[in-house]
Amino acid sequence: MSPSTPNPRKHNPRAPAQLFAALGDETRLTLLGRLTNGQQRSITDLAHNSPLTRQAITKHLRVLERARIIRCTRSGRERLYELDPLPVQSLKNYLDALSTQWDSALSRLRTFVEAKPD
Amino acid sequence: MESNVIEKSIELNAPVSRVWQALTDHRQFGQWFCVRIDAPFQPGQPSTGYITHPGYEHVRWEAVVQKIEPEHTFSFTWHPYAIDPAVDYSQETPTLVEFTLTSTPTGTLLRVTESGFENIPAARRAEAFLKDGNGWAAQMRNIEAYVAQHP
Repeated sequence: MSPSTPNPRKHNPRAPAQLFAALGDETRLTLLGRLTNGQQRSITDLAHNSPLTRQAITKHLRVLERARIIRCTRSGRERLYELDPLPVQSLKNYLDALSTQWDSALSRLRTFVEAKPD
Repeated sequence: MESNVIEKSIELNAPVSRVWQALTDHRQFGQWFCVRIDAPFQPGQPSTGYITHPGYEHVRWEAVVQKIEPEHTFSFTWHPYAIDPAVDYSQETPTLVEFTLTSTPTGTLLRVTESGFENIPAARRAEAFLKDGNGWAAQMRNIEAYVAQHP
């Protein structure tokens, strides 16, 4: 395994939207389910017992890879996929993020109305 | 579901009439909400403009004003976090933002709620993804354990 230093991902405001789009699909959720034990898996492995073709599965994996939910490494001729847990964890923060935005907006409102009384 | 509602209350040291103005005058609203709004708010009418918050200037402000009940309730629907220009959010059910004002001895109690997240496919997906019933919470713990073991 390649050593992975914790990636202090630069705040990307578009990330949630991309994530949600990537997760909005049964097949992709199923594929993710097969990756949640933290092990690397090949396409053959992931396609096992699936009615989908390798091609279709590869396409779905690419979507997940672009959203950085999974990452791909090469082992010889084989591509191995593994879960990148950071973005998934960040989903938990979706409503928290909105809530924080409201806090800032309301604190700006306070400054606004209290500094300029009629 | 309670977790699908954002609820905030704030005590403002300003009379209800002042707060009402800051909320419902589109220019004043824009100043603290960081948005440049094209036209005055009208109940039932769309409101358009641009976010002026640094880093989000590419984001359009698009809301539909619902209630304007003088000095009491102001509400609009919108698409929260609609910040990806490549995504068409218009197909998603918007959330409802509602401000209610109550007069207090020292000024105004302002309550804000944002509700309807359960109708957003995106939020629903995220929720389903993380829900206990689907075993995702357990899997999240697996992931956490895995990450802890593979720093």
